[in-house]
Amino acid sequence: MSFTRKAALFSLASTALLSSIFAAPALAGKADNTVRFAYDQAPESVDPFFNNVRIGVIIGQHVWDTLVYRDPNTSEYKGQLATAWRQIDDRTIEFDLRQGVKFHNGEEFDADDVVYTLNFVSKPENKVVTQNNVSWIEKAEKLDKYKVRLTTKQVFPAAIEYLAGPVVIHPNEYYEKVGPKGQNDKPVGSGPYKVTNYVPGKSITLEKNADYFKDSPKPQPKIGKIEIRFIPDRQTQMAEVISNGIDFIMHVPKDQADQLQAVPTLQVVSGETMRIVFMQMNMLEGTPAPALKDERVRKAIIHAIDREGMVKSIVGAGSRVINTICFPSQFGCTDEGATRYPYDPAKAKQLLAEAGFANGLQLDILAYRERNQTEALIGYLQAVGIKTNLRFLQYAAMREQVASNKAMLTHQTWGSFSVNDVSAATPNYFAFRSEDITRDPQVRDLLGKGDNSVDPEVRKEAYKAALKIIADKAYAVPLYSLPVYYVATSDLNFKAYPDEMPRFWEMTWK
Amino acid sequence: MIGYILKRLGLALLVALAVSAITFFLLRLSGDVALAIAGEGAQKEDLDLIRKTYGLDRPLVVQYVDWLWQTLQGNFGTSLYFKTDVSRLVLDKLPTTIILGFTALGFALLISIPLGVLAAVYANSWIDRLALAIAVVGQALPNFFFALILVMVFSITLRWLPVSGSGTWLHFIMPTIALGYYVAPAFMRLIRAGMIEVLSADYIRTARAKGLPTHKVIFKHALRNAVVPVVALTAVQLGFLLGGSVVIETIFALDGLGYLAYQSITYKDFPVMQIIVLLLSILYVLLTLASDIANAWLDPRIRVA
Repeated sequence: MSFTRKAALFSLASTALLSSIFAAPALAGKADNTVRFAYDQAPESVDPFFNNVRIGVIIGQHVWDTLVYRDPNTSEYKGQLATAWRQIDDRTIEFDLRQGVKFHNGEEFDADDVVYTLNFVSKPENKVVTQNNVSWIEKAEKLDKYKVRLTTKQVFPAAIEYLAGPVVIHPNEYYEKVGPKGQNDKPVGSGPYKVTNYVPGKSITLEKNADYFKDSPKPQPKIGKIEIRFIPDRQTQMAEVISNGIDFIMHVPKDQADQLQAVPTLQVVSGETMRIVFMQMNMLEGTPAPALKDERVRKAIIHAIDREGMVKSIVGAGSRVINTICFPSQFGCTDEGATRYPYDPAKAKQLLAEAGFANGLQLDILAYRERNQTEALIGYLQAVGIKTNLRFLQYAAMREQVASNKAMLTHQTWGSFSVNDVSAATPNYFAFRSEDITRDPQVRDLLGKGDNSVDPEVRKEAYKAALKIIADKAYAVPLYSLPVYYVATSDLNFKAYPDEMPRFWEMTWK
Repeated sequence: MIGYILKRLGLALLVALAVSAITFFLLRLSGDVALAIAGEGAQKEDLDLIRKTYGLDRPLVVQYVDWLWQTLQGNFGTSLYFKTDVSRLVLDKLPTTIILGFTALGFALLISIPLGVLAAVYANSWIDRLALAIAVVGQALPNFFFALILVMVFSITLRWLPVSGSGTWLHFIMPTIALGYYVAPAFMRLIRAGMIEVLSADYIRTARAKGLPTHKVIFKHALRNAVVPVVALTAVQLGFLLGGSVVIETIFALDGLGYLAYQSITYKDFPVMQIIVLLLSILYVLLTLASDIANAWLDPRIRVA
């Protein structure tokens, strides 16, 4: 099936070229000030606390506001629903709230909304989908109408980052009345866009909130309407943008984006994302690949792979090579002092020979996305004498294999939920969580120290030391960050950000 | 006759029951539902919470019996993914699929009857071969591929039709053709075979001998008899079209039952999947039954037998 589809795609793209000669310029979107946006997956719920997909985050940030806003250009925290905040002690932060903000249904924003939302979502019985996003909250208290005190369960330095990301604020009176189900049926937020029509699994329409508060760090929206349609088939999405039925798509694979570049009515924009790619090597007790317990074998594997070459030829513009297991912009992420392993197949072979594998080695490799990249990895490993057997699985199944000590090599990726802090990345694979298949107590303790201190310098030092051990001992193969390709109508002005968040509120027409 | 219908209805229920059990267990054997719901990065606590919430921590048989009991009481449950009532979801999507099923069937009949008749009247001529070629292509071409070709021609090159969606009747044209063309060959071959048989029958010779015009002989006398087996096939194919539109609805992002089925498989949303499969299997059995009854009504010989 995939082969024939690919063939169809090629012809599709060539027809696109032909047709673009005859096609009239796209004016549909600009003419009615509407961006038609197609996404391949429908969110399970529009309420940001009850979905864990990218499109859910995108809708969430347009319809709702957060207490704090992180400027994507400077990474600086700015007040959004809060105007100021103070760290009272290790576990307490106080917020001054903005006055004069109204929710889409007219409800006034004040301390009650913040207190209600934070206390509601932090209770496990309310079943927020990603517990990680809210489980750090102990409680929120109202100090006066526009002042709130937040207590965290433990010392939680990333609190502001979470409050600037997934933790949106709901209108308490409405939410109390309708609950998560009602908030999904008829979403009400305070954000720059309001939901005017929603058909689950099919489409959602956002319209500009004309009363959006002037002082918001999110600029006043210019685009009047965003029509989001859920189109699962990639070829259909491509056909839609080529024929101007859709103005904006994202996550387009590199080869297809390259083809669409030839269509004059379209622009292809690529940018780096926070998603990092790396290979896990199972060195646990009882690993099915005991060879990976040998540091020399692990180092040989890193030396065998031409990461620069992969970035240039198959991963694409926007991607960069990483040397430690975190995304460079994340707080605490650094590759300073960490051992680097340049592409050196001769050295890889030599290390393998020293480890007693002069005649080669046979390993399984698990993978779940970007199969072409897995195949490139396989090719590089083959070249130094490591034969691999590819097992391409669903994400959940792959994770099960890793957690149950059945994996050998794993082609992993991690998006950190766009949280710009190492605590959302490295600990997942090195702090003795279910997918940690290296289990170095020293690394765990250092990461724990970084996670649980409020002193930025202490945190940085601890993370740096942990990342250095991971690199020096070759506990994983750091590869590169993934780019994202957007294809949009050529008369739309927009910028790509590493958090994979198209910000329609700042887009304009050319 | 009534006894016969009741017996068939009972059988239909048994079939539906068996199908529901098979889908339930197959779906659950294919992977951990909790992992699918939890998504990337869920910790063990998240999974435990999900398992408890949805009762996934109970033995499979208990879960199945519970589901069956609830369903029999008309309580179809809540979608694990969309968090809304399954009955509402399914009812919302059903019209689109029914419209597509009937338009595709209509399209299939519209091209297969004339082609089948022509192929029979001019049997073994180039017309017959051309009709055969059209049939073979329809049967051999995977419908998703044919759908992409249609998109390429009508949406990208000519820009006559919208690529995807279900907003207007224009949105149904390509899905109808893609789906209908796939089932047309079966009708065509059946009509051709039936017509050839009928055309050599004695009463046709008599009709011709009476000096009736050819078109009257063909359409009034021959086709009416040749079409009987087509009625039976129509009902069966309609069932196929309703259930088989998964790929076409997904390609054209037509918001119907097939698209919902695709989504519920992707998200392992088994309450939705179960009801869709159950609904389609009941529909299929009922349509087969309807075709038997229609046949009996059309052809007195079957009634007597």
